[in-house]
Amino acid sequence: MNFLSVIDMSTLVDVILLSFLLLSALAIVVMRHLFSVVMVGGVYSLLSAAFFVNLDAVDVAFTEAAVGAGISTVLLLSGLMLTVRREKPMTRRHSYLPFLAVLVTGSALMYATYDMPDFGDPNSPANTYVGMDYIEKTKHDIGVPNVVTAVLASYRGFDTLGETAVVLAAGLGVLMLLGMGFTNGPVTGKDEDDQI
Amino acid sequence: MTAEFILGHYNYWIAIILMMVGLYTVMSRSNLIKKMVGLNIFQTSVFLLYISIGKVKGGTAPIETGGEGVMYSNPLPHVLILTAIVVGVATMAVGLALIVRIREAYGTIEEDEILAIDHKLEFGEGANA
Amino acid sequence: MTPHLVLRVVTKTLLSPIILFAFYVQFHGDFGPGGGFQAGVIFAVAIILYGLVFGLDLVMRIFTPRVVQIFMALGVVIYAGVGYVTMYMGGVFLDYDALVPHDTHHAGQHYGILFVEMGVGITVAAVMIGIFYSFAGRNIEISDEDW
Repeated sequence: MNFLSVIDMSTLVDVILLSFLLLSALAIVVMRHLFSVVMVGGVYSLLSAAFFVNLDAVDVAFTEAAVGAGISTVLLLSGLMLTVRREKPMTRRHSYLPFLAVLVTGSALMYATYDMPDFGDPNSPANTYVGMDYIEKTKHDIGVPNVVTAVLASYRGFDTLGETAVVLAAGLGVLMLLGMGFTNGPVTGKDEDDQI
Repeated sequence: MTAEFILGHYNYWIAIILMMVGLYTVMSRSNLIKKMVGLNIFQTSVFLLYISIGKVKGGTAPIETGGEGVMYSNPLPHVLILTAIVVGVATMAVGLALIVRIREAYGTIEEDEILAIDHKLEFGEGANA
Repeated sequence: MTPHLVLRVVTKTLLSPIILFAFYVQFHGDFGPGGGFQAGVIFAVAIILYGLVFGLDLVMRIFTPRVVQIFMALGVVIYAGVGYVTMYMGGVFLDYDALVPHDTHHAGQHYGILFVEMGVGITVAAVMIGIFYSFAGRNIEISDEDW
């Protein structure tokens, strides 16, 4: 019996990528050296970008690779540079209650997936109404080949305006908290009213 | 629990397991930077779950190439997750800026030590934690 | 021999292709994967790479913090400005068909999407560069037990 008649190639790629994702997530929980944690976090983002390509989400994969594996790693490393490099060892009594909470939530969510439609079903409720309509309407209304850009910039342009405003607000927040260092050189943290 | 059922649902199960790993990191570890990375794991696993719902078997990326009778995957989850990724990195930037200020003010970024310092400030020396 | 010689040479070689790629992704967002967000991030990564290898003072001379702050807000102003222009030309807010009236090939949509994505790209690039400046410009207090 041919192996490929039972499982097709994309399922095999799926399973391999998902197992690597799980391994890196478990490594992040266990490791205490924060530099390694941040690096494995970047590996996690890159593997999930590869997984998104397998799921035909090329725009999302591009953004996740650039933002998750690129900018997030740079930001976390800069934050690491300004704080500590190692985590304190854990005491035993801290971890029973979170583990119990996570177990209960996880089993409730898994019980809920029994009702979900099969993976890849073209007749599921998510894939029949508005989503597929956009593909047909884009050719007549907008004339742009990339349907995701057409929906993002034209059909749902107002949401994208809000999203740009959120990015601006985050930039302003970081500016207010840390300053940009252009008033007489870099700013130190040793103000009198900052110390406790 | 046939093989077809497992093949049709394993994506969702692994996404939920990843979600729970991220949630456990946020809840149980007291180092603030570890919490941020755990939150990142949680967010990305939610994106995995969401995009898995939009996949159509035999479909391709939703970019029209002019061919006839080609099946495309659902573009709507892609748009929503694009927004979510950018908002996620924005909140992580503000969170890290707050962590840097906390470190400069308290001298530590372990949550239990910060709570102990606050408790001592509020109730004075010698009060029981 | 200057320190980090390999890094400096490779950065100097790679900087222009990265910026060119950022512009390519920005303007070809209509025809393939891409768009404003990805392009802004790639452009910011080029500037951050230059800052990491050659020092913060040099990169702050090219993109001064004042300019970065102005560009942060400029992108949102361009985006909302397109909305106001469409209202001025007779449509509702962000109705791109009003930009080129009486056109059957939807040229207005193309113009609208072009300007809107440009606004998004400018804001995202400026915010990422600004956040890098804020983190890198802070003085580090290293004590012995940290490393």
